[in-house]
Amino acid sequence: MAKKKADPASVALNRELLRSMLLQRRFEERCAEAYALGKIGGFCHLYIGQEAVSTGTLSMLRPDDYVITTYRDHGQALARGLSARSIMAELFGRSDGCARGKGGSMHLFDKAHNFLGGHGIVGGHIPIATGVGFAIKYRGGDQCIVCFFGEAAINNGAFHEAANMAALWKLPVIYIIENNRYGMGTAIERASSIHDIYERAGSYDMARDVVDGQDVFAVRDVVGRAVERARTQGTPTLLEVRTYRFMGHSMSDAVSGTYRTKAELDQYLKRDPIMLLRQRMQDAGEISEDEMAALDAELKALVQDAWDFADASPELPLEALYEDVLVDTTSDAADAAAR
Amino acid sequence: MAIMTYRDALNAALREELRRDDRVFLMGEEVAVYQGAYKVSKGLLQEFGEMRIVDTPITELGFAGVGVGAAMVGLRPIIEFMTWNFALLALDQIVNAAAKMLYMSGGQYNMPIVFRGPNGAALQLGAQHSQAWESWLAHIPGLKVVAPGTPADAKGLLKAAIRDDNPVMVLEGEMLYNVKGEVPDSSDFVIPLGKAEVKRAGTDASIITYGKMVNIALQAAEVLAKDGVQVEVLDLRTLRPMDVPAIVATVMKTNRAVVLEEGWEVCGMGAQVVDYIQRECFDSLDAPIVRVHQADTPMPYTKSLEKAAKPDLAKTVSALRAVCYLD
Ligand SMILES: Cc1ncc(C[n+]2csc(CCOP(=O)(O)OP(=O)(O)O)c2C)c(N)n1
Ligand SMILES: [Mg+2]
Repeated sequence: MAKKKADPASVALNRELLRSMLLQRRFEERCAEAYALGKIGGFCHLYIGQEAVSTGTLSMLRPDDYVITTYRDHGQALARGLSARSIMAELFGRSDGCARGKGGSMHLFDKAHNFLGGHGIVGGHIPIATGVGFAIKYRGGDQCIVCFFGEAAINNGAFHEAANMAALWKLPVIYIIENNRYGMGTAIERASSIHDIYERAGSYDMARDVVDGQDVFAVRDVVGRAVERARTQGTPTLLEVRTYRFMGHSMSDAVSGTYRTKAELDQYLKRDPIMLLRQRMQDAGEISEDEMAALDAELKALVQDAWDFADASPELPLEALYEDVLVDTTSDAADAAAR
Repeated sequence: MAIMTYRDALNAALREELRRDDRVFLMGEEVAVYQGAYKVSKGLLQEFGEMRIVDTPITELGFAGVGVGAAMVGLRPIIEFMTWNFALLALDQIVNAAAKMLYMSGGQYNMPIVFRGPNGAALQLGAQHSQAWESWLAHIPGLKVVAPGTPADAKGLLKAAIRDDNPVMVLEGEMLYNVKGEVPDSSDFVIPLGKAEVKRAGTDASIITYGKMVNIALQAAEVLAKDGVQVEVLDLRTLRPMDVPAIVATVMKTNRAVVLEEGWEVCGMGAQVVDYIQRECFDSLDAPIVRVHQADTPMPYTKSLEKAAKPDLAKTVSALRAVCYLD
């Protein structure tokens, strides 16, 4: 049977999705290298394996929507459109970073992209997302906010307080649980009394769904419906996206061996989201081997450029230590701003 | 000028600022339909409606976070805690989110938000409802902290807090809500944050205090005046940033200081004041500084023990007499 002729718009979209996911992968592979070289310090949590969640979700948003997330934020920042340069510079702690080097890996922020930060306290940003939803309703807009968090955060009180208020007040918030099965070394079954955790939304009479997080189209589909609900009805949704992290919890954690077996990891590696999309596009004749190689080369070069940019960027001068503790509201400062 | 209660002065401040800027809203437990647990928000729901005067479930962590989120995207929330005792549940949002957002975002997201409510002990409310939290809050870079002691200061400082582009903690006093005083009528009456005020001038000793203790300090000054000792009362009004030049000026003038606060001694606000004095006025002191504060125990319910635990007029008078070597 002859292959169905692919719709050019959908081919272009699929390439965009592939590009977004592969960029995250290539970027974070270099992060691991930079960490080993001491160019990135502190805690660094890689997203490798979960790229279909960020790309699938954020490809459904408008630029005027909002995004907030956890410390595992590199992939989402890239998928939201922050430049690889500004993220790598932030990871290197340099002044051209998206938070001038003061935030670091766990605290990527970019106001121009309505990227409201990576946050380091598990569950702490979930009420903040509810507050952004409140502000959207207050102003009468049709935007929404997407809030990413891990499955371990669902047990945290902040989640429940925030979810209840979003449902009670009908706020356009989309809560995305990235269920990668582990909170550090604690498997979901050892932390949550129920395992279909999207059902927690039932307590708040909130719309909910569960989806395969390795399939970018499936993610887009459920997120699309949640976005529609947020825009037209102004109501929240809880989505459980089932995924897996292919790396350790952070750079200091072994990939497998203590709390999960190599066999389990290997099983999940067979469902690498990038591989699945690529396979599908190749089967549909949407991308050739050569095109794939060219894309990969382009992205590797882009990440190398980000690395070089970050390396060349200076750290902030010491005077900057005391900057941005408070907005300066003294009349001198206001006068200076006016001049 | 009008004579009004501290409660009505706060109410006027809220009403004027809600009228002035439609990004301002008030959120907390019982602020709307119930008209405020202490009636500070009386009549506001009727004037501004339920989108701007918002009753919340009992979720201090949750609604403090809602305020932070709303502030991040351009609103100017006023978050009321029924009392600061309950705000302990919200400290993560205050300390980890509100205080740090501007800094960790490299200057991109400021926090025009007010957290307010009664602070400190009232009468016989027991251990969990009788705590003064100012030193916890004033410890944190990225926050501003004010503690008005009079109706006029309540109005002027709350208005300044609402207009400030930073997170400001407003510590009110349950025992102050019914206190009356003169309050300027003008809707542009704003007291700049970070400025102390000499509430009574004197030459012989200084008493440095804030909030609910200002009244006790004034009474103590009155008592000492009978012995011919002129006590200067400095009301800090803002605890962060603290008006260090005003502290230095009064101590340089009188050479003797008592530091009076409502809370506990260890790591209390008074310890910080004493540090500023020893740094700046070491050679000007004629006597060791004396601190007056709460006893180092949880607050007892027992009437006589509660009285013994709290700083009061008698303790303040004896501290002043001690620094003046009167006994
Ligand atoms: C309140 C709090 N407790 C503990 C930690 C330490 N911690 C950081 S990440 C983490 C596990 C979170 O797992 P999950 O929410 O599933 O997200 P994932 O790391 O899997 O993306 C823990 C315990 C923290 N950052 N915050
Ligand atoms: Mg997890």
